[in-house]
Amino acid sequence: MRYVDEFRDRAKADVLVKEIERLLAHTGRDQDRPLQIMEVCGGHTHTIFRYGVEGMLPKSIELVHGPGCPVCVLPMGRVDDCVAIAEHPEVIFTTFGDAMRVPGSRRSLLQAKADGCDVRMVYSPMDALALARQNRDREVVFFGIGFETTMPSTALTVLQAEREGIKNFSIFCNHITIVPTIKAILDSPDLRLDGFLGPGHVSMVIGDAPYEFIARYYKKPMVIAGFEPLDILQSIWMLLRQIDEGRCEIENQYARVAPAGGNAVALQAVAQVYELREFFEWRGLGSIDHSGVKVRDAYAGFDAERKFAVPNARIADPKSCQCGEVLKGVIKPWQCKVFGRACSPETPLGALMVSSEGACAAYYQYGGIKRGRDETEASVA
Amino acid sequence: MCLGIPGCIVSIDNADDLVATVDVSGVRRQINISCIVDEAHPVESCVGDWVLVHVGFAMSRINAAEAAETLRLLQELGELQAELETMQTLTDAVAAEE
Repeated sequence: MRYVDEFRDRAKADVLVKEIERLLAHTGRDQDRPLQIMEVCGGHTHTIFRYGVEGMLPKSIELVHGPGCPVCVLPMGRVDDCVAIAEHPEVIFTTFGDAMRVPGSRRSLLQAKADGCDVRMVYSPMDALALARQNRDREVVFFGIGFETTMPSTALTVLQAEREGIKNFSIFCNHITIVPTIKAILDSPDLRLDGFLGPGHVSMVIGDAPYEFIARYYKKPMVIAGFEPLDILQSIWMLLRQIDEGRCEIENQYARVAPAGGNAVALQAVAQVYELREFFEWRGLGSIDHSGVKVRDAYAGFDAERKFAVPNARIADPKSCQCGEVLKGVIKPWQCKVFGRACSPETPLGALMVSSEGACAAYYQYGGIKRGRDETEASVA
Repeated sequence: MCLGIPGCIVSIDNADDLVATVDVSGVRRQINISCIVDEAHPVESCVGDWVLVHVGFAMSRINAAEAAETLRLLQELGELQAELETMQTLTDAVAAEE
């Protein structure tokens, strides 16, 4: 496939790995502490595991899998809210497939569906709007989740619904923003990151400028990266080059898709429909100021939070789950007490086991569990 | 969910609502193209565009020149590495002769 296959070339990957090894030796870093690079985006986590990128890298480079999987950081209370909306008999509750199995405190959307609620998976929010068009006697609610990548799609869908005068459509808005979250991570005292792989598809919407503070005030380099294995390797190489040359800049490896200025139409739609929330609750990271958006008053008729009285209760994660520590890179997935035992992709306890973009599910699916255990045993022996 | 996939726009189906059909590796579906249309790039010029498709929306026109540039850099890196390796091997061979 064009723009995909050529970025999966094994020979080029080998070249990059050699260059990474050479640069790493040249930096003359203290080898006692691994170089820690966080990939912020869950899409990157997915690529890294699917193609075994970690296994190709020198052991002294550690990839820390960041919080960029919107399904994984969704707190349990929000899933309960979804189920509460879906329980209304007139509602058709629509969602991306990823969110179906996220556990709530009582049940997931999948269980609610099995119990008779009308919950449907859709590919696009526009498909949800089509359902509203076809079922005028029902209330169609779309579960809006995701970072800035997905935000324009739900905003444009609301604008389309308004144009058509469709009254039986609304969004349950749980969109989150990446920049306050990166800042919260940078402010966390137990973190020692050396650089970031920037989220390519968020950047395609918001551009490069919102990240400038990371280089300027926190003195950390970032490379905005694409999603094929060569993209990841090249971005790590670019980060190492910055570290080697003592630079801290926001560079863009993914210029073929993410222009420096972002997407003006998408940003305009987002600004028209949404405004920042005071704070938003994240699973594992707690409450982060201005990290989520809500529907503006002008579009109140399309806001499921106002149409249906949602419980909006704060539900603590199961005590045995260590999703928060994994999210911040403090522990590795296999070091969690319930990993692979009480918590697996079939019966997830924690959110990181639910989505294929979650660090735990990725370790579980792609054999990282073995690598991790081997390393742990080697260090004990 | 946050993944995107490259596809090629094959037809404009509704110019008012900015709906087009995209072909992704032989799979076709309708998508919204609001985010790739502006005065400089009107609807009728979108057929043949390679775009990044995400949840039913064309989110970006893929820049062929930038894609080629990324690959060219990687190619050069490989050539440079091969040259350095040859130089090293030959230098070692000469040293071994001496």
